[in-house]
Amino acid sequence: MTLVVESLVIDHGAIRAINSVSFKVPTGKLTAVIGANGAGKTTLLRGLSGLKEIKSGNATWNGESIVGKRAENLARAGIMHVSDGKSVIAELTVKENLALTGLWRKDKKDVALATEEVVSLFPILGERMSQSGGSLSGGERQMLAIGRALVARPRLLLLDEPSLGLAPLIIDQIFTTIRKFVTTMNLTVVLVEQNAMGALAIADDGVVLNLGRVVALDSAENLLKDPAVRTAYLGY
Amino acid sequence: MIKFITAILTALTTGAIYALMSTALVLVWRSTRIINFAQAGQAVLSTYIGYEVTVRSGSFWVGVIAAMVFGALLGAVIDRFFMRPIFKRIKGGPILMIAPVVATLGLLGIIQSIIGFRWGLTYQSLAAPVSTDGFTLFGRVIAFSPFNLLVVVFATVSMLLLTILFQKTNIGLALRASAHSPEIAKLSGIKVDFIRTLGWSLAGAAGGLAGMLYIPSSYLYPNAMDVLLVFGFVAAVIGGLDSLFGAVAGAMILGFAISFATSYVSEKLVFPMAFVMLVVVLLIKPAGIFSGKKSRRD
Repeated sequence: MTLVVESLVIDHGAIRAINSVSFKVPTGKLTAVIGANGAGKTTLLRGLSGLKEIKSGNATWNGESIVGKRAENLARAGIMHVSDGKSVIAELTVKENLALTGLWRKDKKDVALATEEVVSLFPILGERMSQSGGSLSGGERQMLAIGRALVARPRLLLLDEPSLGLAPLIIDQIFTTIRKFVTTMNLTVVLVEQNAMGALAIADDGVVLNLGRVVALDSAENLLKDPAVRTAYLGY
Repeated sequence: MIKFITAILTALTTGAIYALMSTALVLVWRSTRIINFAQAGQAVLSTYIGYEVTVRSGSFWVGVIAAMVFGALLGAVIDRFFMRPIFKRIKGGPILMIAPVVATLGLLGIIQSIIGFRWGLTYQSLAAPVSTDGFTLFGRVIAFSPFNLLVVVFATVSMLLLTILFQKTNIGLALRASAHSPEIAKLSGIKVDFIRTLGWSLAGAAGGLAGMLYIPSSYLYPNAMDVLLVFGFVAAVIGGLDSLFGAVAGAMILGFAISFATSYVSEKLVFPMAFVMLVVVLLIKPAGIFSGKKSRRD
């Protein structure tokens, strides 16, 4: 179970947002994709989840190409994309939001089990079950969005800026939880983040994007030590 | 007193039919974000089918089922083979908002022409399954018949069924999720395109039922449902366009306003009243009278 991205090209309007990007994410590993605003991080994830058309190049998951596949089919194949910000449906209750990824799953017993696991991972969601998604705080919404993805029992998780707009304490909590479930569930994760420091701290590997191109690709540990990366993205 | 009671009963009957039409419009609006002008044509064509089946089978009820099934199929076909290709070809820009709506207007014309070719432009009448003579109240015959009662009951039951579908079933949850956020629904593995087609189907069935309940009190001709489309649209806007509850409530408010204005002031007030309501709502609460801080869409 490996994600292989090869010379991927994706356009965003007239802009070439992703320009010949290649990297690999081995099974059970967490790869952080960092870079400044406008580096193409979000576009990359939208391409991988089928929301955005891939212009050229290839991306395979377990040896199967994901190019040209529909987002809903990729989701059903175990690729779950938690899109940027707080991707929660405000008008639905917490319970209904969590149920969305279980609607099409045949094994209803496992859906119930997965939902229980999500609630034990994020106990606050259990207390808010009948509240509307719109009534949650930013951190709670992020937990709900991630929890919804987990109910599908994904194999590959694409996380877009889970720390966006959250208080530092909540960010720590979310990052710690992500690391925890990646390890226990043997998930493969692509974590897109502007918060390079926090992301690299929990990642196995890192990809640094700048204006749509890969400028650095290494283990997270080495990237954290790299003077060029430190000055450009870590700010010290 | 009799006048007052009659006005209320008339309001309920007309409100029930407006509610079916506004529900049909809202179902399409929620799933596709367009006002479907072809709804009048879909509904009247479904009613012609229901009429044919009624004549051949001798049963109004079989005709109602035929009209609803045909309406559902027609709705699905229109979305799948007409709307979806149009949306696929439009990449963006100002035409995105206009082209699909104009397309539904064109479709309305096409459907009505087809009806003209097949059934002609003459008026036909569809017999009601129960008496259309008014009930007698305090020794006086009032303008509310057993058939009117049936209209109210049918509309109410279908609204209840629709509410159960939306609030209590998995399909309903998928319909609501796709209406509020197609992107999140897709990313959750919901087949949003199929769900959208289902929305068009439900709307088509509601239109077919509206036609079968309305035509016995009027006549069947190619433009028979055009007026109802206008009232349904006004009701939907009053209710905020996005909410099924709002669509029904808007229809009832419109039904009551028109009924009381016509029985207490003048028969000529049917259309002016509808448009006065529309303008007042748009001036005071453009998002619909049931819109709170955030619009309710359930």
